[in-house]
Amino acid sequence: MRLRLAALFALAMGIILLAAGTPSFAAETATPATPTASAGAPADSAYSLVATLKDLRGAATPADGKPVPGVTITVEDSKGAEVGSGVSDAAGKVSIPLPSAGKFTATLDEKSLPEGTSLSGKTGNSRTFQVLQEGPTFLQFPIGNEPPKQTGKVERLIDGSVSGIKFGLIIALAALGLSLIFGTTGLTNFAHGELITFGALVAYGFNRGMGMTLILAGVLAVIVSGFFGYANERLLWRPLRKRGTGLVAMMIVSIGLGLFLRNIYQYVFGGGTKSYDQYVDQIAHTFGPIHLANKEIAIMLISVVTIAITCVALVKTRIGKATRAVADNPALASSSGMRVDGVIAAVWIFGGAITGLSGVLLGVDQQVDFQMGFKLLLLVFAATTLGGLGTTWGALIGSIVVGLMVEVSPVLGVPSELKYVTALVVLILILLVRPQGILGRRERVG
Amino acid sequence: MDWGAIFENSFQSALGPDAIVYALAAIGLNVHFGYTGLLNFGQAGFMAVAAYGLAASIATWGLPFWLGIVIGLAAAFVLALLLGIPTLRLRADYLAIATIATSEILRLLFGSVTLKDQFGGSNGLQGFASSFYDLNPYTGRLNLGLFSFSKNDAWVFTVGWILVALSCLVVWVLMRSPWGRVLKSIREDEEAVRSLGKNVFAYKMQALILGGMFGAIAGFMLALKQASVIPSDYATDITFFAYTALLLGGAARVFGPVVGSIIFWFLLTFLGNFFGQATSGADPLIPDWIMTDIQSSLVRFILVGLGLMLLMIYRPQGIFGDRREIAIDAR
Repeated sequence: MRLRLAALFALAMGIILLAAGTPSFAAETATPATPTASAGAPADSAYSLVATLKDLRGAATPADGKPVPGVTITVEDSKGAEVGSGVSDAAGKVSIPLPSAGKFTATLDEKSLPEGTSLSGKTGNSRTFQVLQEGPTFLQFPIGNEPPKQTGKVERLIDGSVSGIKFGLIIALAALGLSLIFGTTGLTNFAHGELITFGALVAYGFNRGMGMTLILAGVLAVIVSGFFGYANERLLWRPLRKRGTGLVAMMIVSIGLGLFLRNIYQYVFGGGTKSYDQYVDQIAHTFGPIHLANKEIAIMLISVVTIAITCVALVKTRIGKATRAVADNPALASSSGMRVDGVIAAVWIFGGAITGLSGVLLGVDQQVDFQMGFKLLLLVFAATTLGGLGTTWGALIGSIVVGLMVEVSPVLGVPSELKYVTALVVLILILLVRPQGILGRRERVG
Repeated sequence: MDWGAIFENSFQSALGPDAIVYALAAIGLNVHFGYTGLLNFGQAGFMAVAAYGLAASIATWGLPFWLGIVIGLAAAFVLALLLGIPTLRLRADYLAIATIATSEILRLLFGSVTLKDQFGGSNGLQGFASSFYDLNPYTGRLNLGLFSFSKNDAWVFTVGWILVALSCLVVWVLMRSPWGRVLKSIREDEEAVRSLGKNVFAYKMQALILGGMFGAIAGFMLALKQASVIPSDYATDITFFAYTALLLGGAARVFGPVVGSIIFWFLLTFLGNFFGQATSGADPLIPDWIMTDIQSSLVRFILVGLGLMLLMIYRPQGIFGDRREIAIDAR
């Protein structure tokens, strides 16, 4: 709770500093368009939206961006009725009073943008946001270069493929965690999505709450996620195994655990979508046909290195070999003198950490909310099933396929709001044709 | 703290439309999970196709009410076939993943912009329930002593409990029949049933369809009780809550899901109201820095999650069930 307040305070302060960071424009403004241009709440309404429009071209951080005036933003409530609209003033700010707390959608009229500019980032011109408390709610619409001319389908295909691989790598980290845990314990963990969210939220706490740099916060979050995985195993799953609880029962227990954690996350973190304080909106560099921001390159590198180390460790190290032995035949591993419980604990620690890492990276790539992992869970399941439940390489290949499918299918004509559907449809089709997955061994799965 | 209002609300929702919807959904899950051992995590999908089948038939395509009901049931039937063919031959966890994925696919499709003309996008569909409420014989509020229902709720209440009673009767009769005994033996030992020459796949499919029909009726009641269908009402949480209700009452028991839903909704409303009152007002019972108004509505769901875990660990048979009858062993 304190953390949340601190985080909110930090967020508000950041925005105020942002607004103060453009003195030249404040001086030029003869008559401020609205009394709210100074980043305060309007006096007459308890709730309001303050949206900031910054041109991020050539700016190192969002604070250096040039304000964009004269852009229209319209707010609708959850039923689609318009509740207000406004035009950005010289400081690039729009303040729209809102009737109450609740869920609203802000839409930016892209036609009103100055010539040659367009929205940057992948969030589109429409944002849904939650107003929870009185006072202003802040929203940013980053504005940048006109997107690369979408002339050829080939270019869009390349762009889609690259972001598909990036998304696939993020999924792969989580899928590897799921696959290792499934392989050694047989547990289909429906609370795995909450391990993803855990990493992202802990990093958010360190980053926004305690003011650490995001890299430090991310590293700490991964370590804490490892402990969290261990706590899962030690406090819940190991006692259940010792009781002889069946796998179906454990699956239902994991659903309960997921519900429990998800609502605790919302309790602590709130229902809104937030972002870390670094690397939020970066300008994409152009490498031939590919457009990538620095953070996207970093995400892909970190994922690839982590996955490579994991795979090598599974093949070469003692603990890796022990893990595969336990996955193959726990009884035989145990009678050969291996500490099966120790191996499983190690798998949970590592699985928790790697899954937490995927949450942190997802938070950097997109944004953080309390059910980000739950939304990803089915894609992670799809990836592991596609590759073959319990196989390491399978999880990897399945993830890349799922990531590509999600990001490339809009290019091929699937409506973008249905892009997750393609991956889930393929999941069901693969169960029909080859239930053991691409790399799974042929065995009875029925 | 207004205990009178808390108890009134709790009893009202324990016997009202909410509990009816969950009871019907849980009766379906009871046929799937309790009697046959099928781990269907996609009951929300069955509810959604039926509700949208009904709503779109009337509101979009202008068909009569009863045809809408038929279309809704047919949609649930087709969904059961589509789901069953790839997954019923597989292990329990595959069925669980496939069904939960299907229910999410359906929710995304019904809420999509592309199909907005048919299904109304994220705003859903309204204006299809008038034929249902035209049949309403009640002319005023229905007073039941401790609490009262509005005219419309009273009609939903009456129709709903009649449907629940009929569903229970159907389940009771079927599960006493030789057909039901085959289902239960599939749950206990599939291979043994197969070796006796029974077509296990066909029986599982029939069970999936039957349970899906109860899910469809639950979908109808949910759509009619609020006179609208909204995609977010058919999220996976509703399946999980229905499981909680089923396990609370006791799986593989005719009245298990019904009693479970009543208790589930009593507790859910009780906790919601209690924490809501404890955090509202100028000088709340629970100070603001521990729990705000908004957070108070989450406590009950935290407790549902905890409750589901503890129930499954310590008393998987629920209140009425028999521990030996719970299919909790896969692989």
